Amino acid sequence: MSNNPPKPTPLLDQLETGPWPSFVTEIKRAAEKSPAAGDLLGLLERSYEDKKGHWKHGGIVGVRGYGSGVIGRYNDIPEEFPNVAHFHTLRVNNPSGWFYTSDALRTLADIWERHGSGLTNLHGSTGDIIFLGTRTDELEATFQELTAAGFDLGGSGSAMRTPSCCVGQARCEWACFDTMKFCNDLTQAYQDEMHRPPFPYKFKVKASGCPNDCVAAIARADLSIIGIWRDDIRQDDAAVAEYAAGGLNIARDVCARCPGQCMEWDGAKLTIDNRDCKRCMHCINAMPKALRPGVERGAAILIGAKAPIVQGALLSSVLVPFVPEAEIEETVRELLARIWEFWGEYAKNRERVGELIQRVGMSAFLDGIGLEPCPEMVAFPRDNPYVFFQKEDVK
Amino acid sequence: MTATQPPKRITDIGPPHYEKFLHPLIKRNYGQWRYHETLAPGVLCHVAESGERIYTVRAGSPRLLSVSTIRRFADLADKYSGGYLRFTSRHNIEFLLDNPANIEPLKRELQEAGFPVGGTNNSISNVVHTQGWIHCHSAATDASGIVKALMDELHPHFTREDLPAKLRVAMACCVNMCGAVHCSDIAILGIHRKPPQVRHDVPRKGCEIPTLIASCPTGAIRPAVVDGKRTVDVVEEQCMYCSNCFTVCAAMQMNDPENDGLSIWVGGKVSNARSEPKFSKLAIPFLPNNPPRWPEVVSAVTNIVDVYAANARRFERLGEWVERVGWPRFFELTGIPFTRYHIDDFRYAGLSYARSTHMRLRP
Repeated sequence: MSNNPPKPTPLLDQLETGPWPSFVTEIKRAAEKSPAAGDLLGLLERSYEDKKGHWKHGGIVGVRGYGSGVIGRYNDIPEEFPNVAHFHTLRVNNPSGWFYTSDALRTLADIWERHGSGLTNLHGSTGDIIFLGTRTDELEATFQELTAAGFDLGGSGSAMRTPSCCVGQARCEWACFDTMKFCNDLTQAYQDEMHRPPFPYKFKVKASGCPNDCVAAIARADLSIIGIWRDDIRQDDAAVAEYAAGGLNIARDVCARCPGQCMEWDGAKLTIDNRDCKRCMHCINAMPKALRPGVERGAAILIGAKAPIVQGALLSSVLVPFVPEAEIEETVRELLARIWEFWGEYAKNRERVGELIQRVGMSAFLDGIGLEPCPEMVAFPRDNPYVFFQKEDVK
Repeated sequence: MTATQPPKRITDIGPPHYEKFLHPLIKRNYGQWRYHETLAPGVLCHVAESGERIYTVRAGSPRLLSVSTIRRFADLADKYSGGYLRFTSRHNIEFLLDNPANIEPLKRELQEAGFPVGGTNNSISNVVHTQGWIHCHSAATDASGIVKALMDELHPHFTREDLPAKLRVAMACCVNMCGAVHCSDIAILGIHRKPPQVRHDVPRKGCEIPTLIASCPTGAIRPAVVDGKRTVDVVEEQCMYCSNCFTVCAAMQMNDPENDGLSIWVGGKVSNARSEPKFSKLAIPFLPNNPPRWPEVVSAVTNIVDVYAANARRFERLGEWVERVGWPRFFELTGIPFTRYHIDDFRYAGLSYARSTHMRLRP
């Protein structure tokens, strides 16, 4: 490995000014010890000059026994930037809720300084710790040190991706189920599906403790588990009065913003008709000391979210309207078994489960996984007459 | 013959159990929180049924961190929060303190080290973003550079809670939209504007041609034979430069420094609060790549933030505000020209057309 003298980086240097913390400064800090980080800076400066990326297409690398967890990357001008000729990423499975001790972070830092560029992302969009940039021959050694320290790789490719969750009951009064336990249990249960890609395409699971959805499960997970409650919002009238006395305009900023139009404020008393409540969280968000989710808690299970490629972006839609707290994990595992069987059997190559549902129709999908249709699944019933009647329903 | 077995490899252990990393006060009050309040921008206090309180100090991070900065965070955690810290789903760092006397000294040290404290409630929190030219082969633009340039300008909204509601900004460097660009209040998206240049020597040896053909959302890729080699052609009129073909086949070269650039999207949200989750919609079809400071992008986003802040009501997210005042008024107030590119012409586009006479006519 040659050690290039540092090349000037006049364009990137401009991104060391200004109040927001600078990623260029971070790369320069890593470059004090890592020639790879130094060359990354040079290569990035070249991209800024050329207005285009300098990473070659793809690259399949990994650790023994796994088919996922490592993203191979090679640059297209390796003679100029030999220390980033290979610059692979390892995805390291984050602990649920992204909690760490200082010692755990130091352990990760030490391993990565020994084997890689010393650059990380905390965190990747799916949730993993990203070890950014190393050579093929360092992958196995990095992996062995990681597992010895109690860390494992996360998912990539056509696999179960690393599940993630919001902070949940660890530090939030709104969590309707234990997202961190759910996420950790699920990750442990599907180690094989994470490390050895078995699917038509990627599959993501995310868990949010309430409809505020702080991990964007409804937008970014094929299976979205979102905490809700079934009974009445718990209400502390004295605390509501305190919010009013403190200047909150309850009629305008709470009641008028309620999508269920189920609240009334008469200047002294807040009345909620819980039958019309959509559990949107707004009133609870606005008055956290006065209003709380009910006590009969659980989760809604939604399916199908994805980014645009290929047939357009999708948000997840309701699959199971409510599962009691104690049955969430068992229900999800049963559903996953059925969904993966149907999807594995019928999906095309690189077809997300949301696109499969679009192609075969939700009714066929429900038949396939053995679920009964229910009105909570739709915003409204169909408005066209092109109905496929089942043979058994006609004489 | 007794072969010596190599030491057994450790695999399939999953992540460390989160309980090992929880502050003892959090462990004691797990699932038993009563309420929370905001003490200052970036500082939260959660109160448990037991009466115990945990204080959170949140700071912005560039997401891309060197191990030396990670060690610095570890040292700060040891000094102020018993060694306990976490990261948020928008890449901010949070220190978890049981002693409120440590809040101000920790804030001071974070700010002196260049990590602004904030990102809570009605602020512009951190920008969820992707790899860009730092690590991705399909990036139409850089991610980290744009985020830095933008947050230098918007950072007063990070450190104060001065907006009508929270405002999520996200950035993705191509239409794969890794992250939450498709559901953000303001989203910046790297795009191409020309069809791929096919390197006809590649498909035969490097790609599965049926997979390549199937990857095209508009069916623009056809099998072809060029110089006796099996390859593909692109029907250029049918291509909208999504680059999915390049993802499956290196032959489909997309990068074009002059024509690649950015588009701006608005009005998405993920939360169910008040209105249902929404996709982001196109506001500006194209802005040029102009490193290192991308001034066109920064001023376009700043303008949208300013117009929103001046016009939206309390608790009204950007998309909710636009739905109230109507898209014609959004384009009028922001001064953004409405073009043919704003009218959807992909599948089910008709669902987005004005299918009634419910118009808010302009004088």
